[in-house]
Amino acid sequence: MTTAKPKPSLTAESQASFADAAPAIDAPQGLLDVRRWLLTLLGWGIALLIFFPILWMVLTGFQTEAAAIADPSLLFSPTLDSYIAVQARADYFKFALNSVTVAFGSTLLALLIGIPSAYSMAFLPTRRTKGTLLWMLSTKMLPPVGVLVPIYLLFRTTGLLDTRTGLVIVYTLMNLPIVVWMLYTFFKDLPRDILEAGRMDGASTFQEVVYLLMPLTLPGIASTGLLSVILSWNEAFWSLNLTSSNAAPLTAYIASFSSPEGLFWAKLSAASTMAIAPILIFGWLTQKQMVRGLTFGAVK
Amino acid sequence: MKLKRVIPLAGLAAAGVAHAESITVATVNNNDMVIMQSLTEAFESAHPDIEIDWVVLEENVLRQRLTTDIATDGGQFDVLTIGTYEAPIWAERGWLVPLDDLPDDYAVDDLLKPVRDGLSHDGTLYALPFYAESSMMFYRTDLFEEAGIEMSDQPTWQEVREWAGAIHDPENGVAGICLRGKPGWGENMAFLSTLVNTFGGRWFDEEWNPQLDSPAWQEAVQFYVDLMNDYGPAGASSNGFNENLAMFSRGKCGMWVDATSAAGKLFNPDESEVADELGFAPAPIAETPKGAHWLWSWALAIPSSSDSPEAAQTFIAWATGQDYIELVGESEGWTSVPPGTRESTYENEHYQREAPFAGFVLEAINSADPTDSTLEPTPYQGVQFVGIPEFQSIGTQVGQTIAAALTGETSVEQALASAQRATERTMQRAGYLD
Repeated sequence: MTTAKPKPSLTAESQASFADAAPAIDAPQGLLDVRRWLLTLLGWGIALLIFFPILWMVLTGFQTEAAAIADPSLLFSPTLDSYIAVQARADYFKFALNSVTVAFGSTLLALLIGIPSAYSMAFLPTRRTKGTLLWMLSTKMLPPVGVLVPIYLLFRTTGLLDTRTGLVIVYTLMNLPIVVWMLYTFFKDLPRDILEAGRMDGASTFQEVVYLLMPLTLPGIASTGLLSVILSWNEAFWSLNLTSSNAAPLTAYIASFSSPEGLFWAKLSAASTMAIAPILIFGWLTQKQMVRGLTFGAVK
Repeated sequence: MKLKRVIPLAGLAAAGVAHAESITVATVNNNDMVIMQSLTEAFESAHPDIEIDWVVLEENVLRQRLTTDIATDGGQFDVLTIGTYEAPIWAERGWLVPLDDLPDDYAVDDLLKPVRDGLSHDGTLYALPFYAESSMMFYRTDLFEEAGIEMSDQPTWQEVREWAGAIHDPENGVAGICLRGKPGWGENMAFLSTLVNTFGGRWFDEEWNPQLDSPAWQEAVQFYVDLMNDYGPAGASSNGFNENLAMFSRGKCGMWVDATSAAGKLFNPDESEVADELGFAPAPIAETPKGAHWLWSWALAIPSSSDSPEAAQTFIAWATGQDYIELVGESEGWTSVPPGTRESTYENEHYQREAPFAGFVLEAINSADPTDSTLEPTPYQGVQFVGIPEFQSIGTQVGQTIAAALTGETSVEQALASAQRATERTMQRAGYLD
């Protein structure tokens, strides 16, 4: 599953700056127009290429099962049959609510732990900070299946199997290295003098973080949070293995429509469209924030 | 499992409020299981004290999920959907509840014997069959008529090759024959094992020595690769059951040898464009009729970690009982009833009338013998699989090497030599060989 990505097409702003900069190289205006058009076309082409699988999935969801496996064609009479069948089979809202709770819950928890950690690493580093950061990142290199049985046993003993709390804990741990790393990078870009000025005015560490650090790095914190939400929303390995009926999120919902026998592509596409719709819209609405956060401090 | 959450509410129950015991059923997503899900209400209204929670997963995910849960005694599920391959292995490990006190009205003797035997361990039944299948040949009567071919009562693979050549028409998008090519122990190897059986081969000799480089394997696999390259569809190595079903139902295949459970779908004009031109025949044979068609069933079992084994047994007895078959026949149509499990289904007049393939399927299932499916003796049970835990990985690995031979990446000889070496290593590590 993918989510909204920043479109690689040229924004009006960058096109304008490109045009402004252009006379400096003294090229004829006609050639510049052609280049601009070509770049715009290329941008659209790449965006379409990235978006095509999602588009195809959405279209397939509106086809009949027979049309979904027939030779590909953009001409078909749309039907809602698959959506009706999918909704009749499983309660979408129950799965969606689990996804929302788990994705936002784990993000909140990861930020609560990540902000103080990144603060201490960025502003009060010790000689072990670099090593700790690298070690945190190295935990992402372990294939999850390697720790499936120990985690399953822990969850069984603590009664966390098939609970949203269990998934929130796992997702928090899963995303924490990325969250700490991203926040650390953003925090490091903040001039230390600003925090020192706050301290001079009598701010406590807590006040320093809440009233100075957080507002100043808000775009960075927001984009870290958004990334964490998206990663949690799309996670399938743990959600399929640690839940059954009560806490199953939308990834489990999609998996239930894949079939060993018979035709299922249209229904699977309809289920997938419904599963990615909320995060797609969410990504779309917050796109500006994400791009700003991700490029925050990139140009000094 | 759910009982744990129900226990704190015991006070309420004591106050006179009735509480339904909920059971979690883990199953795969196929037509028959979807119908069962849609009929849950009928069960719950007959048994108001039991509530059903469904967990539907893709077959391989389900297998992995169930294995993790059972091996760690997780107790997440009360009813499991497992196949003929897992049932005896899991029963031997003590993972399943024995089903030796089924109610009299369940009519356990009505279950087809090969299916019942396949789900038993040491003579005790550990899973109840939900539906069962063998394999058979489907063909297009119109194409056969045009080419002047008459189907024999028991076709041979040599005849199939000749017929495939006669009806192969790639210009009009019709392949002479479609067969499974997608690698996997339950995909291409299910079919290829039956082909090897009928060519006189076997997976292991009596001492558990792999036989993949034997002449019978060479001959069978070479025959398969040549047949598919000459008269098969393009890209056959990515075709599994679903892909072939889709192609055959759209008129893209002249013949197809696969699961009997496809018959109901191919005969249904809503799902198939060739419903009126569909012919069927027994699975083809070569050197020996032994093991030429497989035996598989999806069955419902109760894990020993379940907290509600009694409620679970009530449910699985309902879902695999005679009344359930009647219920599906009446509400969904007789071609939709789960086939292959009970004698009484095949004696039913409605079913005989609406499912002309019924006799073939019954005969195929009854004549499949997992205990004697090869020309030479073997130490294992199973027609299209070997009933040992290591077979999943062996079968899939061998399936991949044969798929590589099908695409022309390697020769059949090289593929089988490497499959032989890999299987020997696995068997040595598992302690079967010195």
